[in-house]
Amino acid sequence: MRSRADMSGGGGAAIVLRDATLRFGHHVIWENLDLDVAPGECLAILGPNGAGKTTLLKVLLGLLPLSAGTVTIDGRAPRRGSAQVGYVAQQRVFDPDLPIRGRDLVQFGVDGHRLGLPLARARQVDAAIAAVGAASYAGAPVGLLSGGQQQRLRIAQALAGGPRLLLCDEPLLSLDPASQQAVVAVLSRYQREHGTTVVFVTHEITPVAGLVDRVLYVAAGRWAAGSPETVMTTETLSALYGSHIDVIKVHGRIVVVGGDGAASGIHHPDGDPAARPPQGHHHHPDGHG
Amino acid sequence: MGIGFLLSQPFAQHALLAAALVAVTGGLISPFVVTRGMAFAVHGTAELAFTGAAAGLLVAGNPVLGALVGSLVVAALIATLGARPRERDSAIGAILAFGMGIGILLLGFYQGFATAATNILFGNIFGVSGSQLLVLFAIGLIVVVVMGIWYRPLLFASIDPETAEARGVPVRRLGLMFLLVLALTVTGAAQVVGTLLVLSLAITPAAAAQRLSASPLAIGGLSVLFAVVAADGGLLISFEVSNVKASVFITSLSFAIYLLARLAGPALRGRRHYHHEGHESHHAAQGTNPASPPAVPGTPASTASPEQSAGPEEPPARRARPPAPPDQ
Repeated sequence: MRSRADMSGGGGAAIVLRDATLRFGHHVIWENLDLDVAPGECLAILGPNGAGKTTLLKVLLGLLPLSAGTVTIDGRAPRRGSAQVGYVAQQRVFDPDLPIRGRDLVQFGVDGHRLGLPLARARQVDAAIAAVGAASYAGAPVGLLSGGQQQRLRIAQALAGGPRLLLCDEPLLSLDPASQQAVVAVLSRYQREHGTTVVFVTHEITPVAGLVDRVLYVAAGRWAAGSPETVMTTETLSALYGSHIDVIKVHGRIVVVGGDGAASGIHHPDGDPAARPPQGHHHHPDGHG
Repeated sequence: MGIGFLLSQPFAQHALLAAALVAVTGGLISPFVVTRGMAFAVHGTAELAFTGAAAGLLVAGNPVLGALVGSLVVAALIATLGARPRERDSAIGAILAFGMGIGILLLGFYQGFATAATNILFGNIFGVSGSQLLVLFAIGLIVVVVMGIWYRPLLFASIDPETAEARGVPVRRLGLMFLLVLALTVTGAAQVVGTLLVLSLAITPAAAAQRLSASPLAIGGLSVLFAVVAADGGLLISFEVSNVKASVFITSLSFAIYLLARLAGPALRGRRHYHHEGHESHHAAQGTNPASPPAVPGTPASTASPEQSAGPEEPPARRARPPAPPDQ
């Protein structure tokens, strides 16, 4: 395993999950998860709130142990703070008064975990800022930047360490469509150029459809994995939820419509079901579930 | 009595040196106090230095030692009871109220002359002895060394704890360490400006500096500078006006700097806002091509304070170049 990792050089890391189970007390989050993510592959994790999507990222980050089963990244157990793994946490909008500039945020990705006084590692920081196209505003206080600009800087931070695996938690949440497109373009180009393995949690498949190789859908303690075309179907999702779910295409957008509350609104156009009432409800014919 | 004569006196020299030491340590921790939202922790540990001093006086006849040990106990208590940010302030309030009560009880037991304990409340800069100076110097050294070693992870953990945790930063341990450093600093400062006025050297300098800059290093430098100017400047003024306590001038100067920074800040911020708005439209229009050079004239460096010049002032040609892979 080790020699393979060494030979792959700048390429992505492979993830292997076997019989992976996570429980909190008696509550099963997901169980017997088997998944292989190839180096350089892009996996989207979908599912309703509380299905354990972020939890899975925490397992890959080495922050949470599995209750049962195994997980490896490039043949080794996940380790907290690994330089191989870049992480973009779920967005928390920065306070306008936060005393820090964009490039300081990116610099954390280079040496934020190291001891000693900050030394200028300008080349690495500049390269990461350029990779997300944030050079023109990287010197401004982060709190004064837009949500999309902040998100690009956070991605730059995660990329600054040159990771082989990039984990993003809802990278498009609360972004306007133009910013979503920009962020997807950044991720897509970076992945193409560096062969980085990308895993991200998302509410909506549509904006990232061009980027995603495979989908892992988790719901109600069950899971399904495969190409977006095979997973995002009425049959697969209905089986997962244990109730009838409609997957329909509207103007090229994939919409998941369910009546049991658990599924409704998850594939909201803006990715934020809390912002508006679930749109799925009125499409739902009576008598299902 | 001229200021020249005063400056030749050991007590005045001690006072100036003590004020400078306290100001440097206060100025150093100040940005983290503000970023981590720990102003109330400063207030709490400062007031409880009174309890520690009373205990020290009663047990060992040494108020400074009592205050130092007491501050570490208080820091550990705050860390234990107020581990979650949400409950921290209420935990500090509970500890503070109880601790002050204990302080009054202890002082009641003490039969001697209790000025040493009450001095901790209001500060007695002209009573700084050689040994106290040594204590202040030791505290200063500890703070400088600790901040020098853990500056980056502490800043990372203060700004974005979740990401820092994932990156391997020991967020909780750093939080406890900072509380201990804070408690030491505050106890040292209490002897000079008094517990009630510690806030003026541990919070106000960074609150002012953050209005003027967003560069962490510049904020640290400005914060130390403001603290030293306030502490030693206030002291020098008090040499001229002999019947007013030095604390009055120190806190007044500190507040004046803060007000000036707040007045000057919006001018910088306003222009930054303009810059930001400009890029919004640019960003929206060219959302799929994020690497394109800016369409809006002026970089942040031309609108902001000088310390930013190291950042965004790269030549346009360089900016337009395709991104290089980050080397690792």
